[in-house]
Amino acid sequence: MSTTRTGGRRTISAVVPSLVLVALGLVAWQWYVTAADVRPQILPSPLRVATQGWAFHEQIWANTLPTMQVTAVGFGVSLALGWALAIAVDFSPWLRRALTPLLVASQTLPIIAIAPLLIIWFGFGLLPKVLVIALVTFFPIAVGLIEGFAATDRQATNLLRSMGASRWKQFRYVRLPGAMPSFFTALRIGITYAVTGAIFAEYVGATAGLGIFMSLQKNSFRTDLVLAAVVVTALLSVTLFGLTYLVQRLAIPWHGKERRRA
Amino acid sequence: MPERGHETKLVLDDLRKAYPGPLPVLDGVTFDVAPGEFVSVIGPSGCGKSTLFNVIAGLERPDSGRVLVDGADATGHVEPFAYMPQQDLLFPWRTVLDNTTLGLEVAGMSRRAARERARPLFAEFGLTGFESAHPYELSGGMRQRAALLRTVVQDRAVLLLDEPFGALDSLTRTDMQTWLDGVRAHFDWTVLLITHDIREAVFLSDRVVVLGPRPTRVRREVTVNLPRPRELAMITSPRFAAVEEELLGVLRDRS
Repeated sequence: MSTTRTGGRRTISAVVPSLVLVALGLVAWQWYVTAADVRPQILPSPLRVATQGWAFHEQIWANTLPTMQVTAVGFGVSLALGWALAIAVDFSPWLRRALTPLLVASQTLPIIAIAPLLIIWFGFGLLPKVLVIALVTFFPIAVGLIEGFAATDRQATNLLRSMGASRWKQFRYVRLPGAMPSFFTALRIGITYAVTGAIFAEYVGATAGLGIFMSLQKNSFRTDLVLAAVVVTALLSVTLFGLTYLVQRLAIPWHGKERRRA
Repeated sequence: MPERGHETKLVLDDLRKAYPGPLPVLDGVTFDVAPGEFVSVIGPSGCGKSTLFNVIAGLERPDSGRVLVDGADATGHVEPFAYMPQQDLLFPWRTVLDNTTLGLEVAGMSRRAARERARPLFAEFGLTGFESAHPYELSGGMRQRAALLRTVVQDRAVLLLDEPFGALDSLTRTDMQTWLDGVRAHFDWTVLLITHDIREAVFLSDRVVVLGPRPTRVRREVTVNLPRPRELAMITSPRFAAVEEELLGVLRDRS
């Protein structure tokens, strides 16, 4: 099977329509800004965003690194918490009943109101930002894992029990590997929120980062630089999103093949 | 129960099991299986065959009654039984070889030792060359043979096969039945098979146990006096037809 070649070609042909749409949008935007003579403080043209973004690329890059660092640490904490909690819930029905409502409740917290409070409590350092990211990404990861574990076939559980498997061995041999596809779906949802969460946390208050950069540029009416930073944010999210597919292919190579054959 | 003067491997003694609901499922199921014997269990659909198997396999406890293996109480014990469920349940994240060693690994054997034990069986099970393949690369019949290999390699006292060929097309099923009868001759297996296929039951078994509708009891035990190895041509023989007809009569009897 020439999966790699056809797979690569399929990936390329899959993104072509999106790229065409983006190009058309940019052309229309450029045309409108030129034709209607809009002031760049209100709406800069895509060309201006690109040229000014490039002119300030050192400053933008200097602010991108802290955002990447915050995202990585925050998402790492979120992953660790999500795994720990999902495993605990899988082993304890009592914990499942106790924690499920709390998990849902954590998602009803208005982050926009909580984030400034976190800064008041924990200062401008890493901690409040990590907490914001964990708060927005923890839920999909924990739920994805919990449901992945729980989706284990009853017959598979019986088979393992008939082999004399303890609860731990049932988990290790069947529930854990069986939950991996569900985990990677959850990981993709989580990671797209992670960058946005980092930007948001920085927007509220930080010493460096794309969020605070956007906030400062907005205050001095540099709409073009705000949009340039938005583009960098989007690229960051898309790259991380794409990376999850790569990790998935390395971690559970059986998954795609199984599905394609079925 | 017909009198037989020889020893028994497995004894089911008055097994009873009820769930919340109108009728009890098992209402005193009693029969036994001799060492090396192949016994099939048939019955109308919904009669509680699967419940009976789960009780025998030690996955569920009966409300009353006992399961004896080699004379010792094995009620609620899983160790004497190797259980093969209806679905093959080969796990996609393991190679075929590592799927067949799962039971041994769960029992604490090292992966290497488990592989050394399973590998020699691959030829007999028609799986040579597929050791490091993944389950999705196997045909339906091969998947069932791999699942059976995973079952027998555990070396338990009694094999419990729950409609192992139910999901296969009829041609593959016939092939598998002939193959199973042949491979059985090389090993000393005591087998209890659940099936809804009367012809399969007659073809493979030394004896067929017919269960009645719920609440389930044994209606009749029919001994199959056909020579071994069984051959496809026997299916059309008068003796085969007579057994089939008797079983059908007991199953159809609604009294």
